[in-house]
Amino acid sequence: MKILIKGGRIIDPASGTDAVMDVLVERSGVTKMGKNISSPSAKRLDADGLIVSPGFIDMHTHLREPGREDEETIESGSRSGIAGGFTALVPMANTDPVADNVEVINFLNAQAEKHAWTHIYPVGSVTRGLEGKAITEIGEFKEAGAVAISDDGRPVVNSKVFTLALDYASMFGLPIISHCEDVFLTEGGCMNEGLNSTILGLPGMPSAAEEIMVARDIAIARLTGGKVHIAHVSCARSVELVRAAKRDGVHVTAETAPHYFSLTDDAVKTYDTNAKMNPPLRTAEDVTAIKEGLRDGTIDSIATDHAPHTQVEKKVAFIEAPFGIVGLETCLPLVITRLVNDGVLTLSQAVAKLTVGPARILNLPMGKLEVGARADITVFDPAYEFTVDTSTFQCKCRNSPFNGWRLKGGAVHVIVDGQLRLHDRRLVG
Amino acid sequence: MRWNRKDLLGIEDLSVEEINHFLDTAFSFREISTRPIKKVPALRGKTIVNLFFEPSTRTRTSFELAGKRLSADILNITTAASSLVKGETLIDTAANLEAMKIDMMIMRHSASGAPHFLASRVKASVINAGDGSHEHPTQALLDMLTIKDKLGKIEGVNVVIVGDILHSRVARSNIWGLTKLGANVSVCAPRTLIPRFIEKLGVKVYCNVYEAVRDADVVYILRIQLERQKSNYFPSIREYARLFGIDREKLRHLKKNAVIMHPGPINRDVELSGDVADGENSVILEQVTNGLAVRMAALYLCSGGDIESEDTY
Repeated sequence: MKILIKGGRIIDPASGTDAVMDVLVERSGVTKMGKNISSPSAKRLDADGLIVSPGFIDMHTHLREPGREDEETIESGSRSGIAGGFTALVPMANTDPVADNVEVINFLNAQAEKHAWTHIYPVGSVTRGLEGKAITEIGEFKEAGAVAISDDGRPVVNSKVFTLALDYASMFGLPIISHCEDVFLTEGGCMNEGLNSTILGLPGMPSAAEEIMVARDIAIARLTGGKVHIAHVSCARSVELVRAAKRDGVHVTAETAPHYFSLTDDAVKTYDTNAKMNPPLRTAEDVTAIKEGLRDGTIDSIATDHAPHTQVEKKVAFIEAPFGIVGLETCLPLVITRLVNDGVLTLSQAVAKLTVGPARILNLPMGKLEVGARADITVFDPAYEFTVDTSTFQCKCRNSPFNGWRLKGGAVHVIVDGQLRLHDRRLVG
Repeated sequence: MRWNRKDLLGIEDLSVEEINHFLDTAFSFREISTRPIKKVPALRGKTIVNLFFEPSTRTRTSFELAGKRLSADILNITTAASSLVKGETLIDTAANLEAMKIDMMIMRHSASGAPHFLASRVKASVINAGDGSHEHPTQALLDMLTIKDKLGKIEGVNVVIVGDILHSRVARSNIWGLTKLGANVSVCAPRTLIPRFIEKLGVKVYCNVYEAVRDADVVYILRIQLERQKSNYFPSIREYARLFGIDREKLRHLKKNAVIMHPGPINRDVELSGDVADGENSVILEQVTNGLAVRMAALYLCSGGDIESEDTY
């Protein structure tokens, strides 16, 4: 199959390209880029006024398969990814059973082969059963295609275990994606500890709990030389710690999620369980710091932490509700509306956080738009204005705090491995 | 001023006018309980459910009696807070009660926000009888009525709340109400039991009880849950009683006519010594009496009594 993308503005942060060009895709690769390409046999995608960028990568997704297929599957989650402009997802290991052995990773690969709309890059757990005790067979994970290891959902509490895991993982060049939380300090908590938790009478989770573990992880990264990636950075101090560590040359990278630069814990005031996630929404000061971290490059990547939960699970009293919100279909519009249009990031910087940023951290064969690259391409319209309606989501769940929000930015065409998967905002099955 | 709310969920949302109107209504209801026949037809034909997911004797009894004195049909559903008592169950319970055409639900729940959750999903009125560590509006209203009674006003009165502020819905509701009405409110507790940023609600914070009570007109003592000690909030009951318990000795540092209040039930000789609880400064039983009047007012106002007629009692 040949696809010709005509007249779009190419933004490829990896090469610094920002120019109006055509792109020709043949089979699974980009074969030509330039002005006035013609190819009568190619399917033509009109991209006038649209941005053509490397395919987006979500480096932090919960696809719930195996174990909670009622919440999400590889099929439904990756369909949601396509609708949001993503061409690759990185599902976390906290499934049931946990991806703590190569069989689960092989299962994921097999399911992805059969059902996925996007590339799926698996993650193995750091410790068996996410128990924080015994490290896993990371060598086998690597052979099976894992791109990172992570106990995400919880931290590796024991510093010795974390040190050994980081040393061991470094043999295979795999980073540890670290969920930073001092679980003693957050025990029983369900929202940010601050004025709002005091007023609402809800047990708090102080940002110090995140800060402590970020500091510890940086110390261990410094000690071992291993690669630590800080997941879902939510607070100002974490940004400062990562900034200082990077300055010192420690191998640390970081991501944040759209809700951490779009919302504060004011969103909890109505006891809306769709505003409950871990780490929790913080304060306006933290939002400012996250934006600054994105702007100055301290935060390398934007990831969704897409965490589907059913209505039955979420329609309970706030303290009883599970943590997590869906995010694949609101990520790009929040990035455009809250970061690009508000002047925090240039379009190119924003695209980098969704493409070359995560690709470099995970060493993925993507994140660039150039001749010879695999044809994973996202074409999006930054001016497309719409009202978020969770009932139209492709994912199985509706747990989003952004329902009803007026936002700008949406994927128009998505090409994965040379195949057109989204065409004029419609999925192509 | 007319009361237009279907629900009474907290004091935070109430205006000064609403609080004052509520207190006036409660004041007029108090007289009913002194009559030989303690019953008026104000809520005849209304059905009220006491939905208690957390153990309570006095609040539940107070609401039940309030309903009966207003001639409502009132029934009790009491379920110990258990892991089974969760969201969908709550919705289902509420839906079932609605299907039986209940007019009003009085709810106590261990989860902060549970009555708000209920109120947004049922047509019936919802009255919050205490949700987690969030609010306990009728308690604060009865406390305000008592203070107004005893001191003739609330504005300018110095109130000190002593005890587990962190976990207390009574403290939060009183802080909202008393500060709205112009009282000077302080809180006093071990540092571990003072929630962060509480001073932003306009209260002074003390950890030394002698300093806290020096100028107090009202010392409001909270019940200390004995299990907090197991969670390390304070090292021992003995040390708590010694540092924060109000006893004869500490009473000597109070103004002579200072008022002692407590929402009950009292842990005697822990947060409050028996002799002070029963002593001449104590108005604890008057709080209970006012509680009944306040709950009558709550049922009356939330059932639309203010809107339907001016004077049915």
